[in-house]
Amino acid sequence: MQILQNFNKAFESKARLGIMSVLMVNDEVSFIVLKDLLSMTDGNLATHLRALEEANYIAFKKEFIGRKPSTVYSVTDEGKKAFNEHLNELEKFIKGS
Amino acid sequence: MNEHLENLKEIRSLMERSSKFLSLSGLSGISAGVCALLGAWYAHQKIHIDALYLLFDPVVRQEIVPLLLIDAAFVLIGALLSGAFFTIRKARKQGLNVWNSTSKRLLNSMLVPLFAGGIFCLGLIYNGFFWIAFPATLVFYGIALVNASKYTVRDTYYLGMGEIVLGIISLFLARWNLIFWAAGFGVLHIVYGVVMYFKYDKITA
Repeated sequence: MQILQNFNKAFESKARLGIMSVLMVNDEVSFIVLKDLLSMTDGNLATHLRALEEANYIAFKKEFIGRKPSTVYSVTDEGKKAFNEHLNELEKFIKGS
Repeated sequence: MNEHLENLKEIRSLMERSSKFLSLSGLSGISAGVCALLGAWYAHQKIHIDALYLLFDPVVRQEIVPLLLIDAAFVLIGALLSGAFFTIRKARKQGLNVWNSTSKRLLNSMLVPLFAGGIFCLGLIYNGFFWIAFPATLVFYGIALVNASKYTVRDTYYLGMGEIVLGIISLFLARWNLIFWAAGFGVLHIVYGVVMYFKYDKITA
């Protein structure tokens, strides 16, 4: 189980992995689209987003689309690096077992 | 171990799904189809024939061709404007700016075949191969759709294939040129639009 220690705790849940993978291939993704893609509830998604944000892995901004406010998320450089490292660890783990 | 494999699969599928432009509205397809049908109906009213290769008479042709070109331009503008309207509306509902990386990719992949096709068809008309321009627009549009289908819902692939097949058949059944054109740009768009509407729009709307 020693190898598991290299896994990033911030990406432990499936939801957070999902959020990160969507943000990795898109410049910006709105809350509504994330919710749709991951089929999560508002509260659940918001909690995971906040955790990733506190780790400085993602950034958000509020903007207006027409007259409606929309929160748009993007991945930070730090987040990209951490996620890639996490994927490498995952790969190592799967190859090793 | 199994859990990690599951996670990887999920990541892969999310990356693929989320990099597609999913704001194309079914209503865009329907409105574009209606524009095409109106255009074809107007053309039919003006020339009273469906077999465009019968337009041999140079005098008649000089009269008809500009008229049909203007008609076609109206169809194109109408289809683009109404199509853009419904798609922008759907994107807004999803909290998205319509001009994002996925829509740019989609447009880029359509632009090359459409541009080449458009010039090719103008060349055909310029050289007097008027009736071939109609099937050619279907074929080139179909190719553009098939090419673009990687960046949006899979259904556009089948729409594109349908357009190509209709275009090719109509090359050999020149009698029904205009009807095939109306079927491709009108009926097929409407059918596709209705399918899309019930498959995707109803859920998010």
